Amino acid sequence: MPKVTVDGQEIEVPNGATVLQACELAGKEIPRFCYHERLSIAGNCRMCLVEVKPGPPKPQASCALPATDGQEIRTDSEMVKTAREGVMEFLLINHPLDCPICDQGGECDLQDQSVAYGRGGSRYDRETKRAVTEKNMGPLIKTIMTRCIHCTRCVRFSEEIAGVDEIGALYRGEDMQITTYLEQAASHELSANVIDLCPVGALTSRPYAFEARPWELKKTLSIDVSDAVGANIRLDSRGREVMRALPRINDDVNEEWLSDKGRYMVDGLTKRRLDKVFMRKRGKLVEASWDEAFKAIAAAKPGKNIAAVAGDMVDCETMFAAKALLGAMGSTLLEGRQTGMDYDVSSLAGVNFNSTFSGIENADAILIVGSHVRWEAPLVNVRLRKAAKRGAKIFIVGPEWETTYPATFLGEDLAVLSKLPDAAVSAFNDAERPAIIMGGAALAKGALAAGLAFAAQFRLERDGWNGFNVLHFSAARMGGLMLGYAQAGGMADIAQAKPKVVLSLGADEMNFEPFADALKVYIGHHGDKGAHAADIILPAASYAEKDGTYVNTEGRVQFAEKAVFAPGDAREDWTILRALADALGVSVGFNSFAELQNAMITAVPALGVEGLADYGALPKADAKAKAEGVISAYPIKDFYLTNPIARASAVMQQCSAELLHGDELAEAAE
Amino acid sequence: MANRHLEPDTPELRARWSSFAWTEENRTKADKFIASYPEGRQKSAVMPLLDLAQRQVGTETDTQGWLPLPVMEYVAQYLDMPIIRVVEVATFYFMYNLVPVGKFHVQVCGTTPCMLRGSDDIIAACKKRGMEKGTVSADGLWTLTEVECMGNCATAPMVQINDGNYEDLTVERLDAVLDALAAGGQPSEGTQEPGRHTSEPSGGPTTLKDMVSENHDYRGEWA
Repeated sequence: MPKVTVDGQEIEVPNGATVLQACELAGKEIPRFCYHERLSIAGNCRMCLVEVKPGPPKPQASCALPATDGQEIRTDSEMVKTAREGVMEFLLINHPLDCPICDQGGECDLQDQSVAYGRGGSRYDRETKRAVTEKNMGPLIKTIMTRCIHCTRCVRFSEEIAGVDEIGALYRGEDMQITTYLEQAASHELSANVIDLCPVGALTSRPYAFEARPWELKKTLSIDVSDAVGANIRLDSRGREVMRALPRINDDVNEEWLSDKGRYMVDGLTKRRLDKVFMRKRGKLVEASWDEAFKAIAAAKPGKNIAAVAGDMVDCETMFAAKALLGAMGSTLLEGRQTGMDYDVSSLAGVNFNSTFSGIENADAILIVGSHVRWEAPLVNVRLRKAAKRGAKIFIVGPEWETTYPATFLGEDLAVLSKLPDAAVSAFNDAERPAIIMGGAALAKGALAAGLAFAAQFRLERDGWNGFNVLHFSAARMGGLMLGYAQAGGMADIAQAKPKVVLSLGADEMNFEPFADALKVYIGHHGDKGAHAADIILPAASYAEKDGTYVNTEGRVQFAEKAVFAPGDAREDWTILRALADALGVSVGFNSFAELQNAMITAVPALGVEGLADYGALPKADAKAKAEGVISAYPIKDFYLTNPIARASAVMQQCSAELLHGDELAEAAE
Repeated sequence: MANRHLEPDTPELRARWSSFAWTEENRTKADKFIASYPEGRQKSAVMPLLDLAQRQVGTETDTQGWLPLPVMEYVAQYLDMPIIRVVEVATFYFMYNLVPVGKFHVQVCGTTPCMLRGSDDIIAACKKRGMEKGTVSADGLWTLTEVECMGNCATAPMVQINDGNYEDLTVERLDAVLDALAAGGQPSEGTQEPGRHTSEPSGGPTTLKDMVSENHDYRGEWA
């Protein structure tokens, strides 16, 4: 633990800390462009210069200088001040003065730091500025490369974090240009994070171009519902429209990244919305009033023959309100696993991501069964890449996909679980922190028991480590399971019960055919598959339009706040269910959102505490359990179009067409 | 140097170079370069391999050689590394030609010592012979490039033509060298000044004069 003095203040810093980190620990702000906590150190912007003794009598780049015992660091001396002014002047030689038309304006590191550390005028005003041609980087990233200051954060991100080497710095010196090879589109699932990383306006958001200024936006803390990672996001809204979603920093969940889908599906919130009540009359959906709709539902006289199916993006409060309504009617026909999965949920630890996301980084042997992690949870894939970089051996059962780390594919046949090749067996025997990740494709094939048997065989649960993980991909899944949205036989049980009324809580992936005779009530926000099949549509709120609790796949309870109001006649889901209770003549025991939340927390106390829910130890495994069958495909066919909001989003449709089906488009054009 | 650019990716370029592969001899050389780095670090051989590829292209086209995109892709594939990393290296170093060059790539040093000793005249003389910066001359023989210091300041001005340096130039001496090259000859490399061997002081040594003829022992003369 070296002791250093920063501006006369003596502090002790951790081993391996840099001078920049030492200064930060001492509470000093060090301006920087190229340095980023989560990327490797480049040391090429020179903005972080400080004065360090002992050492050469010149300013030192603090980001790349290790802090050593007895250093005297000054961040407030004349030398540092002139050094910063000089660097800033150099950076601005070629930077255009186009802040008024730049989308980064107002949240630009260069703008802020030139105000704070610049000298207010340039001596290079007679120089011509370098102009650089725009580079195509695909539908999400807009480039204005004249603004680039060559910090190479984007290059380092795509190489180190995303694991997709596609952005590079060509040429040298003043002529250096950041580009992708032959200007191909950046096409991985995390590509848009370089927009956040870019300290200037060189890489900005294409869909958000010229839409709003940061200071006119209302910022709301929310949770991403595009997958089960529960990435912490901030919804920036203006008026009634969500303009953009940005990641928030949460080291336990998303670090500071966000998948492209979570970031860019928000434009779908204003498209294909259900903003009026609809009823099916003579086979056609026509507008109706709330009264009419409620009367029609009451007229069906469901009694206890009522079922509720939760969609992939609903919050716990909505599910609890529906559960309370069904409970008052005397029904327990609740299900959330729309596609018919019926894995055993008697112990939630057995269907949870127990290692936690930050924990899986430390695993040293990982078996992935039936999960296209890159598409099902891009941010977990980032963690797996970190684990692989630390030396973890990764094996995958299922059809091959392009991993961003070295991995061994063990074939598509699940039977391999019980007779692993020797290399895998020895890897798991030798591992200190072995782990398994079961994906949706494995659960659908009934491989959960075999996975638990694998966990028992290789002692995945040991002191301070639980390596048994299930990776869900719907944001509502763990919350739904905690609230009892699971029948022993899955959707088949619901169909067999032949309910008179089926409440679909934004359930778009379910098969409505078995419910041909039932009155299908769709309570949701987008005119998607569920609405097409429904008899009555009650317009509800999306995740951006209501407060709610979400539980991610590691059992982390998180709260999201309401950013904007739902459009038209749409109401928050719980109010619809509350009104429906009146129409059906039952009492659900809550009249306000607070009362609903209290009732929910009383019923399931874990939902009231932000953070990891405790599901206890793994269930006892059946050692004889064997997995059978072949995983022929993963559930996600198209990364960009997995939920109704994304399907309604023009940006996501464009991404799907250009990035995933681009080759087909090119062929059609020829 | 700002005019460096990659040759555009055209169907003609693909048609010409997609089938690029090492010759038997170069494959042996390439594998030897790769073998000089530890296992799994084969990427480190990217620079010698790019040079080798450029020379092979040169042999095929009877020029100094250059690096078409498909050739860079071949090298990337050969080293199992992302193509963008190869292009980064190739665009960084001036020794890799990104566009076609002539049979003789005349690189005139224009940095201060050479400039003071008359590199401007050398460039003018080259231009007079029909060379133009960055393009191949009509007869396919010459490409002119002005480069920064080549480290031959003691024998300035100098030009580098393919792998040989020609130093102590005057316009006449340069013309003699170029004429010889054009005629298929191989003019002697190094200094072109009569009586000078390498970069020793022009007009004979000014110190250690006794060392010229024998290994003189100066120790007795130390005061």
